[in-house]
Amino acid sequence: MRSLAGGAGRPARAEVNVGFVALSDCAPLVIARERGFFRRHGLRVVLHREPSWANIRDKLAAGVLDAAQALAPMLLASRLGLDGLALPLIAPLSLGLNGNAITVSAALFREMARLDPESVLRRPMTARALCAVIEARRRSGRPPLRFAVVFPFSPHYYELAYWLGAAGIDVTRDVEVRVVPPAAVPRSLRDGEIDGLCVGEPWNHVTVDQGLGRSVISKHEIWNNSPDKVLALTEEWADRHPERLQALLRGVLEAQAWLDRPENRREAAHVIAGESWVDAPVEVVAASLEGRFRIDRDASVAQPDFHVFHRYAAGFPWTSHAAWFLSQMLRWGQIEKPIPVRRVAASVVRPDLFREAAEALDMAAPTIDGKTEGLHDRAWRLDDASQPLTLGPDRFFDGRRFDPEDVAGYLEQFEVTRLHVRLDDLALMDA
Amino acid sequence: MEKLRVMLIDHRPDRSSEIAEGLERSGCQVIARTAGGPDLAREVAGVRPDVIIIDLESPDRDTLEGMQRLSDALPRPIVMFVDETDRDAIRTAVRAGVAAYVVKGASAERVRPVLDVAIARFEEHQALKDELHQVKSTLEERKITERAKGLLMKRRGMTEQEAYAALRKLAMDQNLKLSAVARRVLDMADVL
Repeated sequence: MRSLAGGAGRPARAEVNVGFVALSDCAPLVIARERGFFRRHGLRVVLHREPSWANIRDKLAAGVLDAAQALAPMLLASRLGLDGLALPLIAPLSLGLNGNAITVSAALFREMARLDPESVLRRPMTARALCAVIEARRRSGRPPLRFAVVFPFSPHYYELAYWLGAAGIDVTRDVEVRVVPPAAVPRSLRDGEIDGLCVGEPWNHVTVDQGLGRSVISKHEIWNNSPDKVLALTEEWADRHPERLQALLRGVLEAQAWLDRPENRREAAHVIAGESWVDAPVEVVAASLEGRFRIDRDASVAQPDFHVFHRYAAGFPWTSHAAWFLSQMLRWGQIEKPIPVRRVAASVVRPDLFREAAEALDMAAPTIDGKTEGLHDRAWRLDDASQPLTLGPDRFFDGRRFDPEDVAGYLEQFEVTRLHVRLDDLALMDA
Repeated sequence: MEKLRVMLIDHRPDRSSEIAEGLERSGCQVIARTAGGPDLAREVAGVRPDVIIIDLESPDRDTLEGMQRLSDALPRPIVMFVDETDRDAIRTAVRAGVAAYVVKGASAERVRPVLDVAIARFEEHQALKDELHQVKSTLEERKITERAKGLLMKRRGMTEQEAYAALRKLAMDQNLKLSAVARRVLDMADVL
């Protein structure tokens, strides 16, 4: 029997070490800790800020961290051994949707506007103007444009590649992509080391705020309500501590629900801006959290879904999201052999664990694991759920659809690809 | 057999020289020592090391990871722990605060002893100096920030909160640590 608080027999709260990176979308973890959602479920969570995604992965492998914020594709890459480690990591929960943007240097934007003044005014903007710039640079013998992303296996890379690809630009040939740590992005842009970037907030805002660049498109505009960060754990830890895992998931889920109440976003900005977390001025963090996408020093556009943490079943780890990332890893030649896409996706993404936590909180959860992406340009009702759910639009900016049951057929549609596998081999493997 | 060519990336110069010395003594050649930074990919390409040893506090780890998959032209460093199947070995390296990358071509067997030496050195350094250093510098940094805040409050008539916000904005804009900005503010006390 549990004794009263403070008594000698009080059960010690289980300590869980959780890693995060100083980005606005670490909010669910920080809020869960700072607003007592972890405590409520009997956990003492110690949050560790890590300077690199590689650290997050390795510290999970080493058991120094029990769980961590991670880029969804990192887990897939590791499962496939693309990172040289082949770790059995799982994602029982998505930490949120959207949250990134593509920003180009002020000079590059001027060049785009000069060569294609009409296309740079459209929303969502296409990369057509960039195509003109790349052509012009090639003709005059100037070096290729350089873009920064945060990790080779990152939503950022696939978003950038997808956006460029739709305009006929091959991310692997027509531009140079390199990894730059987010905090170093403003300086790299200022020093002309890079011409553009795809990173998470608050770094687009910081770059624009300093007059260094112009944000051209948000992740939400590229693919409405698309996946990004997940809560990652090793399979081993999850198996060994099923109760702690469920408590952890419940704490994060409640924090996500809290975060999506509009009246809480300002308070959330104050909390996560703190020195131990994102360590940035409150106003810088608040803008995107409150749905303002700053595109220029003196211009913002309203994007209420810039960060989505809870609504639209944002925490649910869809296998179709994982399958889309795998499709892009294939498309750009990162995966060099045919793989059983759906099986790999299902081995990493664990909706079963999510449902258990949601049910305990009486929160609605989808009863299906995957869906066709790109079918909805407005919010819609999902009946395949424990209680009817409103899901958000899931449209790709170029209007394409992604059927996770037919990745080979999907990849066949693209003109710009760097496939290393034959699509009929892939279809066979994925059958 | 030729000596293994090692590149050492450590953001702390005091430690870096000690680690390099240890590596040299164990029979490899430290061909480059750097704190990292925006030029890292180019440096790696120029130096062409067999092995890269990097401290885990460096944000440049992801830059190395990026070289694996984003470019055909650059060398491809692959992360390596003493024995990939042995979690304890990974733990030892991670706890010591060090990781190794094998650049294509170098054999894992040859790299292993290098990482072992690096781990031992990092551990030693950590045990002897880290704690003390950490405690001292955190205290020092806090003191400096407090003094800078006080200065702004007195000379600029700011509230404590405003002073702190001003310092943090400066730190963000200049991409510096809060304590570094605070130090600058104190340095400019006469002008203020």
